[in-house]
Amino acid sequence: MNNVVPLFVALPLGAAFIIPLLGHWWKKSGEVFATAVSAVLAVMAILQIGAPAVVHHMGGWAPPVGIAVVSDGLSVLLLIAINVVGFLCVLFSLRYMTAYTGLPKYYGLFMLMVAGMNGVVVSGDLFNLFVFLEIASIASYALVAFGVDADELEAGFKYLILGSVASVMILFAVGTLYAVTGSLNMADVAREIATKFGGGRPNPAVLLAAGFFLMGFGLKAALVPFHAWLPDAHPSAPAPISAMLSGVVIKSLGIYAICRVFFNVFAVASGGPSAVIIANGMIAFAILSIVIGGLLAVGQWDLKRLLAYSSIGQIGYVMLGIGVGARVLATGGVRSVAALAILGGLFHLINHAAFKSLLFLSSGAIQHSTGTRNMKVLGGIKERMPVTGMTTNLAALSIAGVPPFSGFWSKLIILVAVVKAGHPAIAGIAIAMAFVTLVYYIKLQREVIFGEARGPVMDAREAPALMTVPLVILAVVCVGFGLLYPVIGDRILEPARDVLLNGAEYVKLVLG
Amino acid sequence: MTVYFLCAVLLTMGLYCLVAKKNIVKKVIGVCIMDYAVNLYLIIIGYKKGGIAPIVEPGMSAETLEKFVDPLPQALVLTSIVIGLGVLALMVSMCIRLYERHGTFDMSQISKLRG
Repeated sequence: MNNVVPLFVALPLGAAFIIPLLGHWWKKSGEVFATAVSAVLAVMAILQIGAPAVVHHMGGWAPPVGIAVVSDGLSVLLLIAINVVGFLCVLFSLRYMTAYTGLPKYYGLFMLMVAGMNGVVVSGDLFNLFVFLEIASIASYALVAFGVDADELEAGFKYLILGSVASVMILFAVGTLYAVTGSLNMADVAREIATKFGGGRPNPAVLLAAGFFLMGFGLKAALVPFHAWLPDAHPSAPAPISAMLSGVVIKSLGIYAICRVFFNVFAVASGGPSAVIIANGMIAFAILSIVIGGLLAVGQWDLKRLLAYSSIGQIGYVMLGIGVGARVLATGGVRSVAALAILGGLFHLINHAAFKSLLFLSSGAIQHSTGTRNMKVLGGIKERMPVTGMTTNLAALSIAGVPPFSGFWSKLIILVAVVKAGHPAIAGIAIAMAFVTLVYYIKLQREVIFGEARGPVMDAREAPALMTVPLVILAVVCVGFGLLYPVIGDRILEPARDVLLNGAEYVKLVLG
Repeated sequence: MTVYFLCAVLLTMGLYCLVAKKNIVKKVIGVCIMDYAVNLYLIIIGYKKGGIAPIVEPGMSAETLEKFVDPLPQALVLTSIVIGLGVLALMVSMCIRLYERHGTFDMSQISKLRG
């Protein structure tokens, strides 16, 4: 199994090269290659469940000299989310994207984005992480603007400018860390930081790098106050791309990178230098995101914009769980509370990947059938499009936190952990905002799913089978995560949590 | 120390240009300046006065080996420049498309989305 991990990058990268090349002569090359490659990747990712952590030395050079590809519990969690959602989005695209031209380019960019995200997730090297992050980002900038209409271009341009600023910050931080540690391998950097700056006063250079990392990755994750691009970019992209962006891109480029860098490199968990400051920063961004994202979502009348603002709020919950976990560990609190908080955050991450991609794909199906996504003219989708209506309803219930769906459990775990960690005020804010989430999803239900069919919905027909099949699969996943938690928790979430909880183990794993 | 300070000044100038200018081409230039500032920063990290190219040949003395510059930051900068080129090409092509749609480069006239 050792040699499988680099294929997660190599396969989609190869497909991204071949598809536009053949696209000149063979118009269907994109559909064929993208479906095949993403199906193989999804199966490979699922087979990784329960596999032991592996370190692959590229070209046979052992780290810290060579480049390491690392697949541990946290990577596997993200690999599953990226590749399964990626496959379903490709399936959805087969029918949905026929309205667009230049499809070989679309599928090529899509594969490039998947390659970049998989690369970020398995990379064991700071600079490689930056390069893959750029690959995924450049592909997603182009995909947001794929429609080349005025709105798409403007949203894409904003995303591009802010994304470039984030990249500059991340590269600056990588350079600073290299200057103080003399290495780029994450495990080696972690070891150097621990030996040189462990204990005592926080080193200003390390703190500077941490701040730049938090800002850069926070911008990619669209945490408030770095969120300005997301509500424009996510609605403007074609529906499958919105699903990818909200479902997995902000998580793999933002949340995953924050987790990996702060828990494994800066060793926040073992009370590394300036750990409390970093953890407080994470919690502050998380609360801002929960409150501002949630409140702004309520007033939206564009279906996809509402979903986009809701993404900001939900990412805040993920960050809150992880941030509180980091703070408890950094201040030497009870380990079981930190474990619970991190578990809740990661559970919410994978739940959000499932239901937010489902919601965006459903909004695509609705737009495909009715030609609009204005909530003021929609209504009664359930009558005319029973399957889409049902899946949207399930996802809305799940994200709003109605038991027994998955969103309820993950939010409950986070809230219990926050209270146990001794932050009742923060938990109060989070609970209040959970009600606001409920409010705007009830609004979505009332205005879109239920009610009388009117206006453009009158003549709407159910979306074609190629579009409804991914919706149904994701709906089953949403319900399954809620009901079958013991299975998922044991196999996927706990290995991922342990990676963060025992941050220093990473050094031993990679350097042996 | 002064060089690092000047590097930070360059970075801030890029950021200022990005935030304060309304013309989207000037915004693109701002991003480029920031990009160059970081590249310069990486180069300064690896700079060594009187350094020579790190190519080991048989019979080199320990003194010569001491003079080798660190090749890693240079490799990073090369990669970073190539990435910057890709981003710049995308940015400029989007500017051209935006100009075709709106007939202007002024962001305040282009902007319709509310953020």
